[in-house]
Amino acid sequence: MEIWFSQLDTENVKTSVRVDKQLFSRQSEYQRIDVFESREFGRMIVLDGEIIFSEADEFIYNEMVVHVPMAVHPSVKNVLIIGGGDGGVAKVLTQYPEIEAIDVVEPDEMFIEVSREFFPETAKGFDDDRVKITNMDGLRFLRRCRDKYDLIINDSTDPFGHTEGLFTREFYGNCYRALHDDGIMVYQHGSPFYDEDEAAFRAMHRKAYQSFPVSRVYQAGIPTCPAGLWMFGFASKKYHPLKDFDAKRWDARGLKTWYYTTHLHKGAFMLPKYVEDILAEEEQK
Amino acid sequence: MDRISQHTAPVYEAMLELRKRRVVPFDVPGHKRGRGNPELVDFLGEKCVGVDVNSMKMLDNLSHPVSVIKEAEELTADAFGAQKAFFMVHGTTSAVQAMVLATVRAGEEILLPRNVHKSVINALVLCGGIPVYVPVRVNHQIGIATGMALSDVERAIREHPQAKAIFVNNPTYYGIASDLKGIVDIAHKAGMKVLVDEAHGTHLYFGDNLPISGMAAGADLAAVSMHKSGGSLTQSSIMLCGRDVDAEYVQQIINLTQTTSASYLLISSLDLSRRNLALHGRESFEKVSSMAEYARAEINEIGGYYAYGRELIDGDSVFDFDVTKLSVFTQGIGMTGIEVYDMLRDEYDIQIEFGDIGNILAYISIGDRIRDIERLVGALEDIADRSAAANRKELYCGEFIAPELVMSPREAFYAQGERMPLHKTVGRIAGEMLMCYPPGIPILTPGERITQEILDYIEYAREKGCSLQGTQDLECREMRILTEI
Repeated sequence: MEIWFSQLDTENVKTSVRVDKQLFSRQSEYQRIDVFESREFGRMIVLDGEIIFSEADEFIYNEMVVHVPMAVHPSVKNVLIIGGGDGGVAKVLTQYPEIEAIDVVEPDEMFIEVSREFFPETAKGFDDDRVKITNMDGLRFLRRCRDKYDLIINDSTDPFGHTEGLFTREFYGNCYRALHDDGIMVYQHGSPFYDEDEAAFRAMHRKAYQSFPVSRVYQAGIPTCPAGLWMFGFASKKYHPLKDFDAKRWDARGLKTWYYTTHLHKGAFMLPKYVEDILAEEEQK
Repeated sequence: MDRISQHTAPVYEAMLELRKRRVVPFDVPGHKRGRGNPELVDFLGEKCVGVDVNSMKMLDNLSHPVSVIKEAEELTADAFGAQKAFFMVHGTTSAVQAMVLATVRAGEEILLPRNVHKSVINALVLCGGIPVYVPVRVNHQIGIATGMALSDVERAIREHPQAKAIFVNNPTYYGIASDLKGIVDIAHKAGMKVLVDEAHGTHLYFGDNLPISGMAAGADLAAVSMHKSGGSLTQSSIMLCGRDVDAEYVQQIINLTQTTSASYLLISSLDLSRRNLALHGRESFEKVSSMAEYARAEINEIGGYYAYGRELIDGDSVFDFDVTKLSVFTQGIGMTGIEVYDMLRDEYDIQIEFGDIGNILAYISIGDRIRDIERLVGALEDIADRSAAANRKELYCGEFIAPELVMSPREAFYAQGERMPLHKTVGRIAGEMLMCYPPGIPILTPGERITQEILDYIEYAREKGCSLQGTQDLECREMRILTEI
């Protein structure tokens, strides 16, 4: 017997994963949530037909959104995660003892429940006392924040789904205000390869570039992402991701990783020419 | 309302039946279910183009309804509490014009507030009726025209006892309702008909805690924009008749100007929307009201903005307020409404209904989701912050001005005139209309005297980015004025 789950990367390209069984399928107030057991990737969680993470490759994403800013900012105490209902990002953050508070703002309660039930290892991030979960729309939460965070991680994935509002000019503006004067925001920047993703990719950079003094993009290879390539945005009020990067300080922490290294940190900001061109074009606008 | 029969949708069902029958078309439209225009099919979809058909026996005829359209109109009348309902396919503009044409003849008077939609004035150009303006009250805090005070209506009726009808906005674009029931009572006592423009009021028929609807208040005719809060396709609308209206005569009036090739896309959308409103309207509009109230509270919390609501009610010219409307006074953040409107569109990808000098209006409907509201509120906050950073101030509030009417719109429209640069027209009489669109409420109508104050208002609106329309000159820099004899 063969069951295959297919993610439509574009109308004409599929990423298909052979599935052993389906563990969960329900429509929440915000999205359709599916959990599959697969041979290659272990358990995968799928939101509205797109793979959000799998047991096999989630470490890449979680490490890249946490360690990169943490190796740049000298003193992170308060962190906000927008989305992050699976707890994976929070879990990596809890490795840093100097962090005092981690706010997770995830509107979809069902997503959190599903993560706790099917991905208990990942959801362990929620068990740390510093982590506080709020079930609220991200934009609404941000409206009430002023000068409060050192680091904001936008862990929402889909610029066209229910998290659309988190890829907009108002979102970047609201994040800017919620950050301290030396704050950093890291966000998912999508995949620039396919034509249909390119417009969103461009718009995101343009908005971040207009809202923050420093705005750079870095990349990682993630197998379940469209074209296997994923980008992250590094928007910051003060620190530059390479010039203010302190490899020695970070290495001295002795954290265990599977993807991130301080060598890779530098390499991640070295982008393919076509991506550099896209970014440069948007910066002219 | 008979809830059981409201489950049916006669026109829609007949169209489904037609599709099943696979009739070979040797009639218009010439695209023949789309085969003759594949690009159009690709763009709009086969399902849509396939039902773009002509009147035929199975589908009845809008100008002379005897079967499925008649049934659908009867169901609509029942759902809206009217004696009779007409489906309209030229927008609510055509319904407004038919109301006026059916009640006022050349030389006869009609009472109306000055802040009516341009379609009313255009109807008076067509029929030669004489407008008598009931003074419009202005809320000075937010610079907008409100409703008519009952005492002002009483005086107008006393001073013009021969008037045939009184025209009422229910509610205004901004959501303000006059005392419609009170107006109906005194107008009927004086033998006048009451015409209600409900372009912004479809939901009043299906909501709780909303202003009273035209038919419930006993009005004679109402023009209801189904395509706004009712959910039907753009350009589709309905006209409702009250108890004592000669509906057969009204049909004749409609037929004077109505197309004989009415679109079945529009008609079926009215049929389905009526069914949906009748069955689910109440809960839908409850949701809309609560979304709008939520947005209002959140916007008012930002500071600087004033999203107004029921607190405006004064029992007089603001007799009631439609809470589904989200109107926001923006000058408190140092920006005009039109500037906020432009910024929302250009920088935040948010299209709202309109911005004028003092206000913006965001249209909240059954298609909205709370996350979209969050985007709007988030964007407004971001704009307020940026505006504060830019330290903007000194705005001209731009209040509603009621000009002096010198001759009837029809007389002025057809009188000998000449074109002149706007700034040279002070003291002259306008021969055409000029307005900001939206909202489409004329700043000048044919027959009104032009003043410096009015020209200042126009130039300020232009400078701030309002779209000026109505004159022959597409740029609205010249105006047709009457030749002085």
